[in-house]
Amino acid sequence: MRGAPLLVLLAALALPVATSPATADTTRPLLWATDAEGGAPYTFKDPKDPNRNIGFEVEIIAEIEKEIGQPIVPQQYAFSSLILGLQRGDFDFAMNGLEVTPDRAEKVLFSIPYYVFREQLVVRRGESRFRDLEGCAKIHCVVGTLEDTAADRLLHARGMTATMYDGVVEPYRDLVLGRVDAVLLDLPIAIYYAKPNPDLEFAGEAMARGTYAIMFQKGNEALKHRIDAALERLIQDGRLRAILEHWNLWDDQQAALAQVGGGDIIAASRQAWTFERYFPLLLRGATLTVFLAVVSFGLAVLLGLPIACMRLYGAAPLRWAAIAYVEFFRGIPVLLLLYVLYYGMADLSTASGLGSAFRLDPIQAAILGLGLNYAAYEAEIYRAGISAVPYGQWEAAASLGMTGWLAFRRIILPQAVRTILPPMTGDFVALFKDTSIVSTIAVVELSKQYQILSKSSMKYLEIGLLTAVLYLVMSVPLGFLSRRLEKIWGRGIL
Amino acid sequence: MTAATAPPGNPGTDLALEGLRKGYDGHPILDGLTLEIAAGSTVAIIGPSGGGKSTLLRCLNGLTPFEAGGVRVGPHRLGAGPIAGPNRAAAQQIRRLLGMIFQDFQLFPHLTAIENLVEAPLRVLGMPVEEARAEAERLLERVGLSHRKDAYPRELSGGQKQRVAIARALSMHPRGLLCDEITSALDPELKGEVLAVMEDLRRDGITLLMVTHEIGFARRAADRVLVLDHGAILEDGPPSEVLERPKTARTRQFLSLLLG
Repeated sequence: MRGAPLLVLLAALALPVATSPATADTTRPLLWATDAEGGAPYTFKDPKDPNRNIGFEVEIIAEIEKEIGQPIVPQQYAFSSLILGLQRGDFDFAMNGLEVTPDRAEKVLFSIPYYVFREQLVVRRGESRFRDLEGCAKIHCVVGTLEDTAADRLLHARGMTATMYDGVVEPYRDLVLGRVDAVLLDLPIAIYYAKPNPDLEFAGEAMARGTYAIMFQKGNEALKHRIDAALERLIQDGRLRAILEHWNLWDDQQAALAQVGGGDIIAASRQAWTFERYFPLLLRGATLTVFLAVVSFGLAVLLGLPIACMRLYGAAPLRWAAIAYVEFFRGIPVLLLLYVLYYGMADLSTASGLGSAFRLDPIQAAILGLGLNYAAYEAEIYRAGISAVPYGQWEAAASLGMTGWLAFRRIILPQAVRTILPPMTGDFVALFKDTSIVSTIAVVELSKQYQILSKSSMKYLEIGLLTAVLYLVMSVPLGFLSRRLEKIWGRGIL
Repeated sequence: MTAATAPPGNPGTDLALEGLRKGYDGHPILDGLTLEIAAGSTVAIIGPSGGGKSTLLRCLNGLTPFEAGGVRVGPHRLGAGPIAGPNRAAAQQIRRLLGMIFQDFQLFPHLTAIENLVEAPLRVLGMPVEEARAEAERLLERVGLSHRKDAYPRELSGGQKQRVAIARALSMHPRGLLCDEITSALDPELKGEVLAVMEDLRRDGITLLMVTHEIGFARRAADRVLVLDHGAILEDGPPSEVLERPKTARTRQFLSLLLG
């Protein structure tokens, strides 16, 4: 039991980092990065089978798969981190309504376009102050949009006030609630998320044409040419058109498209997302949360003790190193640490010619980040607990011929544990909840799973309460366990 | 106890201080003490507080480092300077020969009485568990506490705690015991039970160095009385001499204060 967390940790860190997507193996599955969170009609979870994705991009990928004769596997990845992930080599390509822009073209490779999009302004039904973007700009209204998109740049170029979102569901919700005056997003999004909503309406014509294309890592021309060729054939033989028509996205004329509409896929999906369908996904997220919490806390507890000992008993340089460690890791946000470990280390690894040697996978980066951060707190708790044992105990142990290490292990530490345990349990519960922050580096744990499911089903409250219950079911027993351990280990002392 | 015989090579001399000097903030606590103590003798060290009595005991077993001079216990010599390197090894050896008992007991609170006794023999001497337990039970019986062997220290009275501490020191088979005001924290009616145990040990021939304020005990049980003041030895002789016919006015004054 005592060695188990360490083993799990080592196993996790030893997970193969090797399968570098950049290699030109044509038999292994290609990794396709996409964000299924609120991703209709591009890629989103099938309410009838939560384990698979549907959407027009899913169907295009299926055809490409047939053309190139190589399996393609989707990988959930945060939309705002897709370019970073591509540069790290986390996957082979990204396809997620990504617009072709000159500055992106400097960092990545683009395929030929597979869709021509325009931007659609959406307002509350009966909006009388303005009917188009110009009118909106005149009255200095606030427009919601997705960050780092064509719509974002359009608003910026016109000097308009924009509120940035990192998902497509929230801007329309906030529009209904009156938090923004209008929403400017790509037409496919507007068709699926805004058109069916009786509280919202389209304002003016769609504008500002642009194209979606598939993104590859710079230098991966081989894959780009294979997929370009496949897309070319889909366009030539009408399969692409069939897919776009199927999703009501074929728009040789914008007015016609607007009349057809997308149907109320959101309302349908709300009914389709039943408890039996979403609960297993929440449980899977909960399992990962527990794993992350236990392994990273194990790391923190193991690492904290030597740091505390260095600070208490080490020679000056060791003591300074321990103080520097504690102050550094306590003083920086975990989020920053996770980004540096996940993206920064990968850059460094590539730049220094070490290839993928330091390219941590998301789980490894999460465990390391949380572990390093919490080790600083644990070290301080150990230090306080150990210092609280009277000095006379050291002298009594020494006078019996015990060496320093023996006295520490058998006499000092067992007494310190009694003081250490309650704050340490508190830290574990805090870490347990802090695991939700690792969703920022593409780990789908319980909180991320909640975000994805609630946006797909619009059941924010219902699934939210259930998720809270799952967290409580896991954290409350910890308190009881801690009090029991305090009783057992505290015998004789209190 | 059979352990009170003198170590080979040093017949008759178990313990010596050679010009020991120890200061604190430039103010001397022990001022060049030289002293020899014969194996098997009982020495009472008395004197006003701040006179250096406790420091003397702590220098002897390497709990406190000193600036000059040396300590010799049997064949082992502890020199001036920090307790590190050869000094650490010597201190380790000396602590095997000299047990220590503290004013505030310093029992290990997370261990029961008997566990307090077996911990060091088990882990320092590598004694087998059954042997260590049997020995511990014998020692607890000797100090009259076999019925309390499974009690935790906080469940014991002060006198009982100190008797467990004595038994714990004896569990390492020392040749001598350093006793640092071992009855000072006890109520008068509990002092007797502890001192009775010490008189019993003395009859077994173990060397006893006792810093104490119990003049009655010193008169009755000590072979030799040392009066320490300002880091120097003021008087040194049998109790009949030092306690009845002190040579210095300072000692007379101290004794009259102590005896009321």
